[in-house]
Amino acid sequence: MTENKSYLTYAKNIVLLIAALFTLFPVVWVIISAFKPQSELFRVPMSLFPKEWTFANFISAFRHGNFIVYFSNTVFVAVVATLLTVVINIMAGYALAKYIFPGRDIIFAIMIATLMVPLQVIMIPIFLQLKDLGLLNSLWGIIIPPSATPTGIFLARQYMVNISNSMIESARIDGAKELRIFWQIVLPLSKPIIATIAIFSFMWRWNDYLWPLIVITDNKKQTMQQALANFVGQLQINWSNLLAMTTISIVPVILVFLAFQKLFMTGITAGAVKG
Amino acid sequence: MKTTKTKGNFHQTLAPLLFLLPNILIFTTFIIIPLFRGLSMSFMDWGVFTSPKFVGLKNFLLLFKDQVFIITLKNTIVYSICAVLLLLVVSLLLALALSKNSIKGERMFRAVFYIPSLISMVAVGISWRFILGDEMGILNYVIRSLGGARIPWLTNGPMAMMSVIAVTVWAGAGYYMVIFISGLQAIPLELYEAATIDGANRWQEFWRITLPLLKSTVLVVIVLSTIASFKAYELIVTMTKGGPGYSTKFIVQQVYEVAFIEDRMGYASAMSIVLMMIIGAFTLMQFKLSGKEAHYD
Repeated sequence: MTENKSYLTYAKNIVLLIAALFTLFPVVWVIISAFKPQSELFRVPMSLFPKEWTFANFISAFRHGNFIVYFSNTVFVAVVATLLTVVINIMAGYALAKYIFPGRDIIFAIMIATLMVPLQVIMIPIFLQLKDLGLLNSLWGIIIPPSATPTGIFLARQYMVNISNSMIESARIDGAKELRIFWQIVLPLSKPIIATIAIFSFMWRWNDYLWPLIVITDNKKQTMQQALANFVGQLQINWSNLLAMTTISIVPVILVFLAFQKLFMTGITAGAVKG
Repeated sequence: MKTTKTKGNFHQTLAPLLFLLPNILIFTTFIIIPLFRGLSMSFMDWGVFTSPKFVGLKNFLLLFKDQVFIITLKNTIVYSICAVLLLLVVSLLLALALSKNSIKGERMFRAVFYIPSLISMVAVGISWRFILGDEMGILNYVIRSLGGARIPWLTNGPMAMMSVIAVTVWAGAGYYMVIFISGLQAIPLELYEAATIDGANRWQEFWRITLPLLKSTVLVVIVLSTIASFKAYELIVTMTKGGPGYSTKFIVQQVYEVAFIEDRMGYASAMSIVLMMIIGAFTLMQFKLSGKEAHYD
Protein backbone atom coordinates (compact mmCIF):
# COMPACT_ATOMS: atom_id res chain seq x y z
CA MET A 1 0.00 0.00 0.00
CA THR A 2 2.56 2.60 1.08
CA GLU A 3 4.97 1.38 -1.57
CA ASN A 4 2.25 1.79 -4.15
CA LYS A 5 1.61 5.32 -2.96
CA SER A 6 5.26 6.33 -3.10
CA TYR A 7 5.43 5.06 -6.68
CA LEU A 8 2.45 7.26 -7.48
CA THR A 9 4.05 10.33 -5.95
CA TYR A 10 7.20 9.52 -7.86
CA ALA A 11 5.28 9.30 -11.14
CA LYS A 12 3.42 12.49 -10.38
CA ASN A 13 6.69 14.30 -9.75
CA ILE A 14 8.11 13.11 -13.04
CA VAL A 15 5.03 14.22 -14.97
CA LEU A 16 5.13 17.62 -13.26
CA LEU A 17 8.80 17.98 -13.99
CA ILE A 18 8.27 17.26 -17.69
CA ALA A 19 5.36 19.68 -17.81
CA ALA A 20 7.49 22.34 -16.09
CA LEU A 21 10.31 21.85 -18.59
CA PHE A 22 7.87 22.07 -21.49
CA THR A 23 6.43 25.27 -19.99
CA LEU A 24 9.77 26.93 -19.45
CA PHE A 25 11.53 25.80 -22.61
CA PRO A 26 10.06 28.39 -25.02
CA VAL A 27 11.04 31.25 -22.70
CA VAL A 28 14.51 29.88 -22.10
CA TRP A 29 15.04 29.16 -25.80
CA VAL A 30 14.12 32.71 -26.79
CA ILE A 31 16.30 34.30 -24.12
CA ILE A 32 19.33 32.12 -24.82
CA SER A 33 18.95 32.57 -28.58
CA ALA A 34 19.12 36.32 -28.06
CA PHE A 35 22.71 35.79 -26.88
CA LYS A 36 23.75 33.83 -29.96
CA PRO A 37 25.77 35.48 -32.70
CA GLN A 38 23.74 35.89 -35.89
CA SER A 39 25.79 33.19 -37.60
CA GLU A 40 24.83 30.65 -34.95
CA LEU A 41 21.12 31.42 -34.67
CA PHE A 42 19.87 29.00 -37.33
CA ARG A 43 23.00 26.90 -37.75
CA VAL A 44 22.50 23.14 -38.03
CA PRO A 45 23.05 21.16 -35.87
CA MET A 46 21.24 23.42 -33.44
CA SER A 47 22.41 23.58 -29.88
CA LEU A 48 20.76 25.00 -26.78
CA PHE A 49 23.70 27.09 -25.68
CA PRO A 50 25.68 29.35 -27.98
CA LYS A 51 29.32 28.42 -28.58
CA GLU A 52 30.11 32.02 -28.00
CA TRP A 53 27.86 34.27 -25.88
CA THR A 54 27.41 37.76 -27.25
CA PHE A 55 25.68 41.02 -26.41
CA ALA A 56 25.91 42.15 -30.03
CA ASN A 57 22.20 41.65 -30.68
CA PHE A 58 21.24 43.85 -27.75
CA ILE A 59 23.71 46.53 -28.75
CA SER A 60 22.53 46.54 -32.34
CA ALA A 61 18.87 46.49 -31.27
CA PHE A 62 19.46 49.65 -29.27
CA ARG A 63 21.63 51.25 -31.92
CA HIS A 64 19.55 50.60 -35.00
CA GLY A 65 15.98 51.59 -35.19
CA ASN A 66 14.49 53.62 -32.40
CA PHE A 67 14.49 50.92 -29.79
CA ILE A 68 15.93 53.19 -27.11
CA VAL A 69 13.03 55.56 -27.81
CA TYR A 70 10.45 52.77 -27.61
CA PHE A 71 12.04 51.53 -24.42
CA SER A 72 11.99 54.92 -22.70
CA ASN A 73 8.43 55.59 -23.89
CA THR A 74 7.39 52.29 -22.32
CA VAL A 75 9.13 53.02 -19.04
CA PHE A 76 7.58 56.49 -18.92
CA VAL A 77 4.09 55.21 -19.66
CA ALA A 78 4.35 52.30 -17.22
CA VAL A 79 5.70 54.40 -14.33
CA VAL A 80 3.48 57.47 -14.72
CA ALA A 81 0.38 55.41 -15.48
CA THR A 82 0.98 53.22 -12.45
CA LEU A 83 1.30 56.26 -10.17
CA LEU A 84 -1.87 57.78 -11.58
CA THR A 85 -3.76 54.49 -11.38
CA VAL A 86 -2.81 53.93 -7.76
CA VAL A 87 -3.68 57.48 -6.68
CA ILE A 88 -7.09 57.72 -8.31
CA ASN A 89 -8.20 54.15 -7.64
CA ILE A 90 -7.25 54.32 -3.98
CA MET A 91 -9.09 57.63 -3.68
CA ALA A 92 -12.18 56.16 -5.31
CA GLY A 93 -11.99 52.98 -3.27
CA TYR A 94 -11.80 55.03 -0.07
CA ALA A 95 -14.77 57.19 -1.02
CA LEU A 96 -16.85 54.11 -1.81
CA ALA A 97 -15.78 52.22 1.30
CA LYS A 98 -15.88 54.84 4.05
CA TYR A 99 -18.42 57.52 3.19
CA ILE A 100 -22.18 57.45 3.05
CA PHE A 101 -23.62 59.72 0.38
CA PRO A 102 -26.50 59.62 -2.07
CA GLY A 103 -25.80 57.64 -5.25
CA ARG A 104 -22.83 55.76 -3.83
CA ASP A 105 -24.03 52.27 -4.69
CA ILE A 106 -25.13 53.30 -8.15
CA ILE A 107 -21.75 54.87 -8.89
CA PHE A 108 -20.00 51.71 -7.70
CA ALA A 109 -22.29 49.51 -9.78
CA ILE A 110 -21.75 51.59 -12.93
CA MET A 111 -17.98 51.50 -12.45
CA ILE A 112 -17.97 47.72 -12.11
CA ALA A 113 -20.37 47.38 -15.05
CA THR A 114 -17.83 49.05 -17.34
CA LEU A 115 -16.03 45.70 -17.32
CA MET A 116 -18.58 44.81 -19.99
CA VAL A 117 -17.12 47.44 -22.27
CA PRO A 118 -13.43 46.63 -22.80
CA LEU A 119 -11.32 48.60 -25.26
CA GLN A 120 -11.79 45.89 -27.89
CA VAL A 121 -15.45 46.83 -28.33
CA ILE A 122 -15.12 50.63 -28.25
CA MET A 123 -11.81 51.17 -29.99
CA ILE A 124 -13.39 53.15 -32.83
CA PRO A 125 -15.25 55.74 -30.71
CA ILE A 126 -12.26 55.88 -28.32
CA PHE A 127 -10.07 56.78 -31.27
CA LEU A 128 -12.48 59.57 -32.29
CA GLN A 129 -12.78 60.78 -28.71
CA LEU A 130 -9.00 61.01 -28.35
CA LYS A 131 -8.82 62.80 -31.67
CA ASP A 132 -11.36 65.39 -30.52
CA LEU A 133 -9.42 65.93 -27.30
CA GLY A 134 -6.10 66.25 -29.12
CA LEU A 135 -4.66 63.22 -27.34
CA LEU A 136 -3.79 61.17 -30.43
CA ASN A 137 -0.06 60.60 -30.78
CA SER A 138 0.50 61.67 -27.20
CA LEU A 139 1.75 59.36 -24.47
CA TRP A 140 -0.90 60.95 -22.21
CA GLY A 141 -3.48 59.44 -24.51
CA ILE A 142 -2.18 56.02 -23.47
CA ILE A 143 -1.70 56.94 -19.82
CA ILE A 144 -4.93 58.68 -18.80
CA PRO A 145 -7.91 56.79 -20.29
CA PRO A 146 -7.21 53.31 -18.88
CA SER A 147 -5.99 54.57 -15.50
CA ALA A 148 -9.48 54.35 -13.99
CA THR A 149 -9.92 50.61 -13.72
CA PRO A 150 -12.96 48.81 -12.30
CA THR A 151 -10.73 46.03 -10.97
CA GLY A 152 -8.48 48.51 -9.15
CA ILE A 153 -11.43 50.34 -7.60
CA PHE A 154 -12.98 47.04 -6.58
CA LEU A 155 -9.78 45.77 -4.93
CA ALA A 156 -9.20 49.07 -3.14
CA ARG A 157 -12.77 49.26 -1.87
CA GLN A 158 -12.81 45.67 -0.63
CA TYR A 159 -9.63 46.25 1.28
CA MET A 160 -10.59 49.60 2.78
CA VAL A 161 -14.00 48.45 4.01
CA ASN A 162 -12.04 46.62 6.72
CA ILE A 163 -10.20 49.69 8.02
CA SER A 164 -11.66 50.53 11.41
CA ASN A 165 -14.15 53.39 11.48
CA SER A 166 -13.23 54.42 15.01
CA MET A 167 -9.77 55.64 13.97
CA ILE A 168 -11.27 57.83 11.29
CA GLU A 169 -14.02 59.08 13.60
CA SER A 170 -11.68 60.00 16.42
CA ALA A 171 -9.44 61.89 14.01
CA ARG A 172 -12.52 63.79 12.85
CA ILE A 173 -13.44 64.67 16.43
CA ASP A 174 -9.90 65.96 16.89
CA GLY A 175 -10.64 68.28 14.00
CA ALA A 176 -8.59 66.66 11.26
CA LYS A 177 -9.53 67.61 7.68
CA GLU A 178 -10.78 64.87 5.37
CA LEU A 179 -7.73 65.02 3.12
CA ARG A 180 -5.42 64.75 6.11
CA ILE A 181 -7.30 61.72 7.40
CA PHE A 182 -6.91 60.10 4.02
CA TRP A 183 -3.25 60.97 3.78
CA GLN A 184 -2.10 60.26 7.35
CA ILE A 185 -4.37 57.45 8.50
CA VAL A 186 -5.91 55.64 5.57
CA LEU A 187 -2.96 55.55 3.16
CA PRO A 188 -0.44 54.02 5.61
CA LEU A 189 -2.97 51.32 6.49
CA SER A 190 -3.53 50.52 2.82
CA LYS A 191 0.05 49.73 1.85
CA PRO A 192 -0.59 46.08 0.89
CA ILE A 193 -3.40 46.90 -1.50
CA ILE A 194 -1.42 49.81 -2.94
CA ALA A 195 1.42 47.41 -3.68
CA THR A 196 -0.92 44.91 -5.32
CA ILE A 197 -2.57 47.51 -7.55
CA ALA A 198 0.80 49.05 -8.43
CA ILE A 199 2.36 45.78 -9.49
CA PHE A 200 -0.57 44.65 -11.61
CA SER A 201 -0.85 48.07 -13.18
CA PHE A 202 2.84 48.20 -14.00
CA MET A 203 2.86 44.75 -15.58
CA TRP A 204 -0.25 45.44 -17.60
CA ARG A 205 1.12 48.75 -18.90
CA TRP A 206 4.46 47.22 -19.74
CA ASN A 207 2.77 44.48 -21.76
CA ASP A 208 -0.10 46.43 -23.28
CA TYR A 209 -0.34 46.63 -27.04
CA LEU A 210 -3.89 47.62 -27.97
CA TRP A 211 -4.02 51.06 -26.32
CA PRO A 212 -0.76 52.24 -27.90
CA LEU A 213 -1.94 50.79 -31.21
CA ILE A 214 -5.10 52.92 -31.14
CA VAL A 215 -3.48 56.10 -29.81
CA ILE A 216 -0.07 56.25 -31.47
CA THR A 217 0.86 56.31 -35.13
CA ASP A 218 3.94 58.55 -34.86
CA ASN A 219 6.99 56.30 -34.92
CA LYS A 220 8.78 58.37 -32.23
CA LYS A 221 5.95 57.86 -29.73
CA GLN A 222 5.55 54.11 -30.04
CA THR A 223 6.01 51.68 -27.18
CA MET A 224 8.03 48.49 -27.03
CA GLN A 225 5.14 46.11 -27.68
CA GLN A 226 4.16 48.11 -30.74
CA ALA A 227 7.72 48.02 -32.00
CA LEU A 228 7.91 44.27 -31.44
CA ALA A 229 4.68 43.71 -33.39
CA ASN A 230 5.94 45.94 -36.22
CA PHE A 231 9.24 44.09 -36.40
CA VAL A 232 7.64 40.66 -36.61
CA GLY A 233 5.26 42.02 -39.26
CA GLN A 234 8.07 42.79 -41.69
CA LEU A 235 8.75 40.54 -44.65
CA GLN A 236 12.37 40.02 -43.74
CA ILE A 237 12.55 39.50 -40.01
CA ASN A 238 15.87 40.24 -38.34
CA TRP A 239 15.46 37.50 -35.76
CA SER A 240 18.63 38.24 -33.82
CA ASN A 241 17.54 41.82 -33.10
CA LEU A 242 13.94 40.84 -32.57
CA LEU A 243 14.85 38.16 -30.01
CA ALA A 244 17.02 40.63 -28.12
CA MET A 245 14.13 43.10 -27.95
CA THR A 246 11.70 40.36 -26.95
CA THR A 247 14.08 39.37 -24.15
CA ILE A 248 14.20 42.97 -22.93
CA SER A 249 10.40 42.93 -22.80
CA ILE A 250 10.12 39.54 -21.05
CA VAL A 251 12.86 39.56 -18.41
CA PRO A 252 11.77 42.55 -16.27
CA VAL A 253 8.25 41.18 -15.71
CA ILE A 254 9.60 37.80 -14.66
CA LEU A 255 11.99 39.48 -12.21
CA VAL A 256 9.18 41.61 -10.75
CA PHE A 257 7.10 38.46 -10.37
CA LEU A 258 9.83 36.52 -8.62
CA ALA A 259 10.37 39.41 -6.21
CA PHE A 260 6.67 39.84 -5.33
CA GLN A 261 5.34 36.34 -5.87
CA LYS A 262 3.02 36.32 -2.89
CA LEU A 263 1.30 39.58 -3.81
CA PHE A 264 0.59 38.14 -7.24
CA MET A 265 -1.13 35.03 -6.06
CA THR A 266 -3.41 36.88 -3.63
CA GLY A 267 -4.06 39.66 -6.15
CA ILE A 268 -5.20 37.25 -8.85
CA THR A 269 -7.57 35.45 -6.54
CA ALA A 270 -9.09 38.64 -5.19
CA GLY A 271 -9.43 40.13 -8.66
CA ALA A 272 -10.89 37.01 -10.23
CA VAL A 273 -13.77 36.82 -7.81
CA LYS A 274 -15.02 40.03 -9.31
CA GLY A 275 -13.38 40.92 -12.57
CA MET B 1 -19.69 74.02 18.18
CA LYS B 2 -22.67 74.02 15.91
CA THR B 3 -20.78 75.57 13.03
CA THR B 4 -17.99 72.99 13.17
CA LYS B 5 -20.55 70.25 12.96
CA THR B 6 -22.23 71.67 9.89
CA LYS B 7 -18.84 72.23 8.39
CA GLY B 8 -17.95 68.62 9.14
CA ASN B 9 -21.07 67.35 7.41
CA PHE B 10 -20.45 69.57 4.46
CA HIS B 11 -16.92 68.24 4.17
CA GLN B 12 -18.11 64.70 4.57
CA THR B 13 -20.48 65.01 1.62
CA LEU B 14 -18.12 66.93 -0.57
CA ALA B 15 -14.98 64.91 0.19
CA PRO B 16 -16.14 61.58 -1.29
CA LEU B 17 -17.29 63.29 -4.47
CA LEU B 18 -13.91 64.97 -4.83
CA PHE B 19 -12.17 61.65 -4.19
CA LEU B 20 -14.30 60.09 -6.91
CA LEU B 21 -14.02 62.96 -9.35
CA PRO B 22 -10.99 61.82 -11.41
CA ASN B 23 -12.51 58.38 -11.89
CA ILE B 24 -15.92 59.73 -12.78
CA LEU B 25 -14.41 62.09 -15.34
CA ILE B 26 -12.31 59.35 -16.93
CA PHE B 27 -15.10 56.79 -16.97
CA THR B 28 -17.46 59.31 -18.52
CA THR B 29 -15.03 60.59 -21.14
CA PHE B 30 -13.43 57.33 -22.14
CA ILE B 31 -16.08 54.66 -21.61
CA ILE B 32 -19.61 56.01 -21.29
CA ILE B 33 -19.52 58.68 -24.01
CA PRO B 34 -17.60 56.41 -26.42
CA LEU B 35 -20.12 53.67 -25.73
CA PHE B 36 -22.99 55.88 -26.93
CA ARG B 37 -20.92 57.25 -29.80
CA GLY B 38 -20.22 53.68 -30.89
CA LEU B 39 -23.88 52.76 -30.67
CA SER B 40 -24.95 55.71 -32.78
CA MET B 41 -22.13 55.16 -35.28
CA SER B 42 -23.32 51.63 -35.91
CA PHE B 43 -26.42 53.14 -37.53
CA MET B 44 -24.38 55.37 -39.82
CA ASP B 45 -22.08 55.37 -42.78
CA TRP B 46 -19.00 56.88 -41.22
CA GLY B 47 -15.45 57.31 -42.46
CA VAL B 48 -12.76 59.69 -41.33
CA PHE B 49 -12.93 61.58 -44.62
CA THR B 50 -16.66 61.38 -45.34
CA SER B 51 -19.46 63.08 -43.44
CA PRO B 52 -21.60 60.69 -41.39
CA LYS B 53 -24.96 59.65 -42.80
CA PHE B 54 -27.78 57.86 -40.99
CA VAL B 55 -28.53 54.51 -42.65
CA GLY B 56 -30.72 52.73 -40.12
CA LEU B 57 -30.08 49.03 -39.75
CA LYS B 58 -28.14 48.73 -43.02
CA ASN B 59 -24.83 47.95 -41.31
CA PHE B 60 -26.32 45.16 -39.24
CA LEU B 61 -28.12 43.64 -42.22
CA LEU B 62 -24.89 43.73 -44.22
CA LEU B 63 -23.12 41.80 -41.46
CA PHE B 64 -25.21 38.71 -42.10
CA LYS B 65 -24.15 38.66 -45.77
CA ASP B 66 -20.51 39.55 -45.10
CA GLN B 67 -18.57 36.32 -45.74
CA VAL B 68 -15.40 37.57 -44.05
CA PHE B 69 -17.26 38.67 -40.93
CA ILE B 70 -19.02 35.33 -40.72
CA ILE B 71 -15.72 33.48 -41.12
CA THR B 72 -14.06 35.56 -38.40
CA LEU B 73 -17.03 35.06 -36.09
CA LYS B 74 -16.92 31.31 -36.73
CA ASN B 75 -13.17 31.21 -36.18
CA THR B 76 -13.50 33.10 -32.92
CA ILE B 77 -16.18 30.71 -31.68
CA VAL B 78 -14.18 27.59 -32.63
CA TYR B 79 -11.08 29.08 -31.03
CA SER B 80 -13.01 30.07 -27.93
CA ILE B 81 -14.61 26.68 -27.36
CA CYS B 82 -11.39 24.70 -27.86
CA ALA B 83 -9.20 27.07 -25.86
CA VAL B 84 -11.65 27.31 -22.97
CA LEU B 85 -12.10 23.53 -22.68
CA LEU B 86 -8.38 22.84 -22.85
CA LEU B 87 -7.54 25.64 -20.43
CA LEU B 88 -10.10 24.28 -18.03
CA VAL B 89 -8.72 20.74 -18.07
CA VAL B 90 -5.04 21.69 -17.97
CA SER B 91 -5.34 24.34 -15.27
CA LEU B 92 -7.53 22.12 -13.12
CA LEU B 93 -5.08 19.23 -13.40
CA LEU B 94 -2.19 21.51 -12.45
CA ALA B 95 -4.15 22.89 -9.50
CA LEU B 96 -5.09 19.40 -8.30
CA ALA B 97 -1.45 18.37 -8.38
CA LEU B 98 -0.25 21.52 -6.66
CA SER B 99 -2.82 22.44 -4.01
CA LYS B 100 -2.22 20.00 -1.19
CA ASN B 101 1.33 20.64 -0.06
CA SER B 102 1.88 16.99 -0.89
CA ILE B 103 5.06 17.27 -2.93
CA LYS B 104 8.36 18.99 -2.57
CA GLY B 105 8.87 22.23 -4.46
CA GLU B 106 5.18 22.93 -4.84
CA ARG B 107 5.68 26.69 -4.70
CA MET B 108 8.40 26.50 -7.31
CA PHE B 109 6.19 24.46 -9.63
CA ARG B 110 3.36 26.96 -9.26
CA ALA B 111 5.71 29.82 -10.11
CA VAL B 112 7.02 28.00 -13.18
CA PHE B 113 3.53 27.31 -14.56
CA TYR B 114 2.53 30.90 -13.88
CA ILE B 115 5.47 32.48 -15.71
CA PRO B 116 4.00 32.31 -19.26
CA SER B 117 1.01 34.40 -18.21
CA LEU B 118 3.36 37.23 -17.24
CA ILE B 119 4.62 37.66 -20.78
CA SER B 120 2.86 40.05 -23.16
CA MET B 121 0.83 38.29 -25.84
CA VAL B 122 2.92 40.11 -28.45
CA ALA B 123 6.08 38.52 -27.06
CA VAL B 124 4.33 35.16 -26.71
CA GLY B 125 3.36 35.26 -30.37
CA ILE B 126 6.89 36.20 -31.43
CA SER B 127 8.48 33.49 -29.30
CA TRP B 128 6.25 30.75 -30.67
CA ARG B 129 6.63 31.94 -34.24
CA PHE B 130 10.36 31.57 -33.71
CA ILE B 131 9.89 28.06 -32.33
CA LEU B 132 7.28 26.87 -34.83
CA GLY B 133 8.96 28.22 -37.98
CA ASP B 134 8.66 25.81 -40.93
CA GLU B 135 12.28 25.65 -41.99
CA MET B 136 14.24 27.04 -39.11
CA GLY B 137 12.10 26.54 -36.06
CA ILE B 138 13.52 24.37 -33.30
CA LEU B 139 10.45 22.13 -33.13
CA ASN B 140 10.60 21.03 -36.76
CA TYR B 141 14.36 20.67 -36.40
CA VAL B 142 13.87 18.24 -33.54
CA ILE B 143 11.14 16.35 -35.41
CA ARG B 144 13.35 15.99 -38.47
CA SER B 145 16.38 14.89 -36.50
CA LEU B 146 14.19 12.16 -35.04
CA GLY B 147 13.34 11.09 -38.58
CA GLY B 148 9.91 12.70 -38.90
CA ALA B 149 8.58 14.99 -41.61
CA ARG B 150 8.35 18.65 -40.85
CA ILE B 151 4.92 19.92 -39.84
CA PRO B 152 3.44 23.15 -41.25
CA TRP B 153 2.60 24.51 -37.79
CA LEU B 154 1.69 27.98 -38.99
CA THR B 155 1.39 27.65 -42.76
CA ASN B 156 -1.53 25.24 -43.00
CA GLY B 157 -4.97 26.54 -42.02
CA PRO B 158 -6.28 23.97 -39.51
CA MET B 159 -2.75 23.40 -38.20
CA ALA B 160 -2.30 27.14 -37.60
CA MET B 161 -5.59 27.25 -35.68
CA MET B 162 -4.44 24.34 -33.53
CA SER B 163 -1.10 26.03 -32.88
CA VAL B 164 -2.83 29.26 -31.83
CA ILE B 165 -5.08 27.31 -29.47
CA ALA B 166 -2.16 25.36 -28.00
CA VAL B 167 -0.16 28.55 -27.41
CA THR B 168 -3.20 30.17 -25.77
CA VAL B 169 -3.33 27.24 -23.36
CA TRP B 170 0.40 27.47 -22.72
CA ALA B 171 0.11 31.18 -21.99
CA GLY B 172 -3.02 31.07 -19.83
CA ALA B 173 -3.09 27.81 -17.89
CA GLY B 174 -0.96 29.09 -14.99
CA TYR B 175 -3.27 32.03 -14.36
CA TYR B 176 -6.38 29.87 -14.10
CA MET B 177 -4.39 27.35 -12.06
CA VAL B 178 -3.95 30.01 -9.36
CA ILE B 179 -7.70 30.64 -9.31
CA PHE B 180 -8.39 26.90 -9.05
CA ILE B 181 -5.86 26.44 -6.26
CA SER B 182 -7.63 29.03 -4.12
CA GLY B 183 -10.94 27.32 -4.89
CA LEU B 184 -9.54 23.93 -3.90
CA GLN B 185 -8.04 25.23 -0.70
CA ALA B 186 -11.45 26.52 0.36
CA ILE B 187 -12.84 22.97 0.47
CA PRO B 188 -12.86 21.77 4.09
CA LEU B 189 -10.39 18.95 4.71
CA GLU B 190 -12.80 17.15 7.02
CA LEU B 191 -14.90 16.19 4.01
CA TYR B 192 -11.98 14.24 2.58
CA GLU B 193 -11.21 12.66 5.93
CA ALA B 194 -14.81 11.52 6.26
CA ALA B 195 -14.73 10.11 2.74
CA THR B 196 -11.53 8.19 3.48
CA ILE B 197 -13.11 6.68 6.57
CA ASP B 198 -16.09 5.65 4.44
CA GLY B 199 -13.65 3.91 2.13
CA ALA B 200 -13.92 6.19 -0.90
CA ASN B 201 -11.05 6.08 -3.37
CA ARG B 202 -9.38 9.11 -4.95
CA TRP B 203 -11.53 8.90 -8.07
CA GLN B 204 -14.77 8.90 -6.07
CA GLU B 205 -13.46 11.72 -3.92
CA PHE B 206 -12.85 13.82 -7.00
CA TRP B 207 -16.28 13.30 -8.56
CA ARG B 208 -18.33 13.34 -5.37
CA ILE B 209 -16.57 16.02 -3.30
CA THR B 210 -14.04 18.09 -5.19
CA LEU B 211 -15.91 18.77 -8.41
CA PRO B 212 -19.34 19.57 -6.90
CA LEU B 213 -17.77 21.96 -4.39
CA LEU B 214 -15.60 23.50 -7.08
CA LYS B 215 -18.52 24.19 -9.39
CA SER B 216 -18.57 27.96 -8.95
CA THR B 217 -14.80 28.23 -9.49
CA VAL B 218 -15.14 26.15 -12.65
CA LEU B 219 -17.82 28.51 -13.91
CA VAL B 220 -15.72 31.58 -13.08
CA VAL B 221 -12.80 30.13 -15.02
CA ILE B 222 -15.05 29.32 -17.99
CA VAL B 223 -16.50 32.82 -18.05
CA LEU B 224 -13.14 34.59 -17.65
CA SER B 225 -11.41 32.52 -20.31
CA THR B 226 -14.33 32.88 -22.72
CA ILE B 227 -14.23 36.66 -22.38
CA ALA B 228 -10.46 36.63 -22.91
CA SER B 229 -10.78 34.45 -26.00
CA PHE B 230 -13.28 36.79 -27.64
CA LYS B 231 -10.87 39.68 -27.04
CA ALA B 232 -7.91 37.83 -28.60
CA TYR B 233 -5.92 39.95 -31.02
CA GLU B 234 -2.23 40.45 -30.15
CA LEU B 235 -1.35 36.78 -30.28
CA ILE B 236 -2.69 36.24 -33.78
CA VAL B 237 -1.25 39.45 -35.15
CA THR B 238 2.26 38.40 -34.17
CA MET B 239 1.95 34.64 -34.68
CA THR B 240 -0.06 34.21 -37.88
CA LYS B 241 -1.33 37.68 -38.92
CA GLY B 242 -4.70 35.96 -39.16
CA GLY B 243 -3.46 33.63 -41.87
CA PRO B 244 -2.91 31.55 -43.84
CA GLY B 245 -5.84 33.07 -45.72
CA TYR B 246 -8.52 33.83 -43.16
CA SER B 247 -7.97 30.68 -41.15
CA THR B 248 -6.92 32.34 -37.88
CA LYS B 249 -8.56 35.71 -38.33
CA PHE B 250 -10.73 36.65 -35.35
CA ILE B 251 -13.38 39.36 -34.79
CA VAL B 252 -11.19 42.01 -33.15
CA GLN B 253 -8.68 41.91 -35.99
CA GLN B 254 -11.51 42.26 -38.51
CA VAL B 255 -12.99 45.22 -36.61
CA TYR B 256 -9.60 46.90 -36.48
CA GLU B 257 -8.90 46.42 -40.18
CA VAL B 258 -12.35 47.47 -41.40
CA ALA B 259 -12.27 50.57 -39.19
CA PHE B 260 -8.71 51.77 -39.49
CA ILE B 261 -7.49 50.36 -42.80
CA GLU B 262 -10.66 50.28 -44.92
CA ASP B 263 -11.99 53.39 -43.11
CA ARG B 264 -15.54 52.03 -42.75
CA MET B 265 -16.02 53.05 -39.15
CA GLY B 266 -19.81 52.84 -39.07
CA TYR B 267 -19.82 49.30 -40.37
CA ALA B 268 -16.98 48.27 -38.02
CA SER B 269 -18.97 49.77 -35.12
CA ALA B 270 -21.84 47.42 -35.95
CA MET B 271 -19.38 44.52 -35.68
CA SER B 272 -18.21 45.89 -32.34
CA ILE B 273 -21.77 45.93 -31.07
CA VAL B 274 -22.10 42.22 -31.86
CA LEU B 275 -18.83 41.56 -30.01
CA MET B 276 -19.99 43.72 -27.12
CA MET B 277 -23.20 41.74 -26.73
CA ILE B 278 -21.25 38.49 -26.55
CA ILE B 279 -18.72 39.84 -24.02
CA GLY B 280 -21.46 41.62 -22.07
CA ALA B 281 -23.51 38.44 -21.71
CA PHE B 282 -20.54 36.53 -20.29
CA THR B 283 -19.59 39.40 -17.96
CA LEU B 284 -23.12 39.47 -16.58
CA MET B 285 -22.83 35.76 -15.93
CA GLN B 286 -19.61 36.42 -14.04
CA PHE B 287 -21.30 39.09 -11.89
CA LYS B 288 -24.10 36.67 -11.06
CA LEU B 289 -21.61 33.94 -10.13
CA SER B 290 -19.36 36.05 -7.98
CA GLY B 291 -22.37 37.66 -6.34
CA LYS B 292 -23.44 34.20 -5.23
CA GLU B 293 -19.91 33.25 -4.29
CA ALA B 294 -18.72 36.21 -2.24
CA HIS B 295 -20.71 38.46 0.02
CA TYR B 296 -18.41 41.38 -0.11
CA ASP B 297 -19.61 43.64 2.67
